Amino acid sequence: MTYTTHSESETEALGARFAKDLPGGSVVALYGDLGCGKTAFVRGMARGMGLDAAVTSPTFTIVNEYEGSPRSLFHFDMYRLAGAEELFDIGWEDYLARGGVCAVEWSENVPGAFEGDEIAVRFEKTGDDTREITMEGGPDLC
Amino acid sequence: MLILSVESSCDETAVALVENGRKVLADEIFSQVALHQLYGGVVPEIAARSHLEVVTLLADRALRTAGRTRADIDAVACTYAPGLIGAVLVGVNFAKSAALALGVPLIPVHHIRGHIAANYLAYPELEPPFLCLAISGGNTLLADVRGYTDMSVLGRTRDDAAGECFDKSARVMGLGYPGGKPIDDLGRQGDDRAYDLPRPAVHGDDPYDMSFSGLKTAVVNIVHHAEQTGAELDKAGLAASLCRAVSETLVGRTMRAAEALGYKNIAVAGGVAANSRIRADFEAACRKAGRTLFVPPLRLCGDNAAMIGAQGYYEYLAGHTAGPDLNAYATMEL
Ligand SMILES: Nc1ncnc2c1ncn2[C@@H]1O[C@H](COP(=O)(O)OP(=O)(O)OP(=O)(O)O)[C@@H](O)[C@H]1O
Ligand SMILES: [Mg+2]
Repeated sequence: MTYTTHSESETEALGARFAKDLPGGSVVALYGDLGCGKTAFVRGMARGMGLDAAVTSPTFTIVNEYEGSPRSLFHFDMYRLAGAEELFDIGWEDYLARGGVCAVEWSENVPGAFEGDEIAVRFEKTGDDTREITMEGGPDLC
Repeated sequence: MLILSVESSCDETAVALVENGRKVLADEIFSQVALHQLYGGVVPEIAARSHLEVVTLLADRALRTAGRTRADIDAVACTYAPGLIGAVLVGVNFAKSAALALGVPLIPVHHIRGHIAANYLAYPELEPPFLCLAISGGNTLLADVRGYTDMSVLGRTRDDAAGECFDKSARVMGLGYPGGKPIDDLGRQGDDRAYDLPRPAVHGDDPYDMSFSGLKTAVVNIVHHAEQTGAELDKAGLAASLCRAVSETLVGRTMRAAEALGYKNIAVAGGVAANSRIRADFEAACRKAGRTLFVPPLRLCGDNAAMIGAQGYYEYLAGHTAGPDLNAYATMEL
């Protein structure tokens, strides 16, 4: 399913709808270039999950944790990683075992890490303020 | 009081010996930036492993440099939050065993509090209260430092850190990683009005919050438009315009807070404080407003262990010590 958004807040709203009923343990692999709105989308996801969290970019920290009940959100960023092994080295499986929703920016940097169980969300910049967001798998938002 | 301090929260592994929170006797740093340049970023597994191998060697070297022995150590301090958890744990575990083996107190230190305390090392006369802007690759926050261990965040970035904005802009401009220095160097040769970049507006009721993702995206758009149309990109002008935009946001927020809270002293901390445009703008603004500016020298701006020893001393005086069950935390409020 492909959606077009025309502002950051529209992308956030889409993320909120997307994550509202997302089951714990879901892996959301985000793909797309710098400034495509991946972090904005995850900020919306946190809101949709009812988390009172100020979502900032995890590029430097590699993972930001937002605790919640019943679902926590683990926000990863693979921007500075070199491959899938590195993801396992930072304790990826521990996060999975904790049953939260894992959203992973720059998933293109960890090819093969998710074994096909993930929901892929691809971002494309089609104008300064427009983004085409394509979801493979996941909830039907219509 | 002699404190052995350890910092291992990200790219750097560092060990220092600091006396009474103010005097650095040894300050050993092993930087992994060279390693990471090969990959274009931090590689955590490499990070954690080199931390582990390196931390003990650094501690021995620190003692030799200072001409002290293990018996002279009165306490051990370490960064315990926030940071890359595997990396932070290396420092925490080393500090725990060292404190246990030596029979001295263990002092957990918040990484950002450490950056703020770098100012105590550079400026013996500086005491709280003051306002501190902490700017690095992972953090951008304005802190109200009421006391050595009594502080709160007035404003922070809502999205990207200022250093992240520099790094990512440098990447799309083909300037390499880390991007702060090349952008600064190139910017000094350019016209800071060459490009009209957005001044990140932040909505809501936190008047000191900041935003840098719009700036990053504007730079990305400018570079892509130039690629698509074949127009020549004025890289020096873009770097200069970017430094100006980031600086105006940071300096503007900080000076406004100083005015509102009535602070005379303003400190800047973190790796981005090395940016020459930001320094120059702060100097000019403080001169004009009659405030005093404190910016530590470059070596103390980046991650280091001396700053952890400085803050550790004041945490100790406040009674903030920990037992062998001390944990490391990826996130933690200031
Ligand atoms: N339709 C849109 N959806 C999302 N963001 C938009 C849109 N139009 C413009 N923007 C701008 O694009 C930027 C998106 O930044 P964001 O940090 O979310 O991207 P990102 O994909 O996470 O980048 P990075 O690769 O650096 O992590 C923001 O500055 C936002 O204001
Ligand atoms: Mg992002």
